[in-house]
Amino acid sequence: MTEAVTLITGTRKGIGRFLADHYVSQGHRVYGCSRQETDIDAPNYTHFCLDVSDERAVRRMFSQIRKDAGHLDHLVNNAGIASMNHALLTPLSTAQAVFDTNVMGTFLFCREAAKLMQKQSFGRIVNFISVASPLHLEGEAVYAASKSAVQTLTQVLARELGHYGITVNAVGPTPVETDLIRNVPKDKIDRLLERQAIGRMGTCDDVLNIVDFFLRKESDFVTSQSIYMGGVC
Amino acid sequence: MKDKVRQIVLACCQEHNDVSDAQIDIGSGDSAALFGVGGALDSIALVSLIVAVEQAIEAELDVLVTLADDKAASQKTSPFRTVGALVDYTTACVDGELSVDD
Repeated sequence: MTEAVTLITGTRKGIGRFLADHYVSQGHRVYGCSRQETDIDAPNYTHFCLDVSDERAVRRMFSQIRKDAGHLDHLVNNAGIASMNHALLTPLSTAQAVFDTNVMGTFLFCREAAKLMQKQSFGRIVNFISVASPLHLEGEAVYAASKSAVQTLTQVLARELGHYGITVNAVGPTPVETDLIRNVPKDKIDRLLERQAIGRMGTCDDVLNIVDFFLRKESDFVTSQSIYMGGVC
Repeated sequence: MKDKVRQIVLACCQEHNDVSDAQIDIGSGDSAALFGVGGALDSIALVSLIVAVEQAIEAELDVLVTLADDKAASQKTSPFRTVGALVDYTTACVDGELSVDD
């Protein structure tokens, strides 16, 4: 039986790092990427330094994976950036940067991964959305809009790729202690937690549990779904 | 280059024929219809063929090409209507990429 090949974006820190460490420990052949180097050091891990919205760099990365591993089973589109600011004070350049990473990056990786996966008639893609969208969080207009775009992308891709045996789903974390929410004031986090059915911070293990479910071979009839943590809907 | 691209395109067409009921008339050579009037491919099959050609070009020539882009859509006649049109368009894309890398 060939080893599972898993690609995770944004693996230098936070949730992406946690997921990379986990799947490396599970014996997957793991490919990761981030804009900067990583200190993950394992024989079954390969890192690429790139911007996920750089089409040429992304295509070169997939070309390398194709040559090295020959196939791809899982894609976890974790890389993302946030911008917390009132819409009236948000520069267009910030909005473009958020959409480039969160939407264009996710699209590019889905597209290239699906090209590899369709040859083997199997693939699992998990995208990252956010509770910021259904909760319409003030101060996160651009970020929430970008994640809504990712959710729609997920739903349409699920239909376009279903006949190739590729599922496309999304996980929507609540706040998890990572750099992404480092600058969010505590009172805002507390108000957000009050709106969840289960009012606590999320953990990387909570995210892993959902990602694991979507990646399972047995989840071949689960696609186009979005699971928000903490009872947000 | 064009002959090599033709070999690649025809091999991809053969791969399609091996798994599909809608057969491309490879024996007709460059005039074999792919997509559109008299073509063997529906839109999904065309997508698969284009991806297969892109990947084969990458594997055999080590060149990354994007065949379904705005340039393809703006052509007066579709580069995907026949084998010959696809060979011509793919060759131009490969030549374009190679000149950029020079």
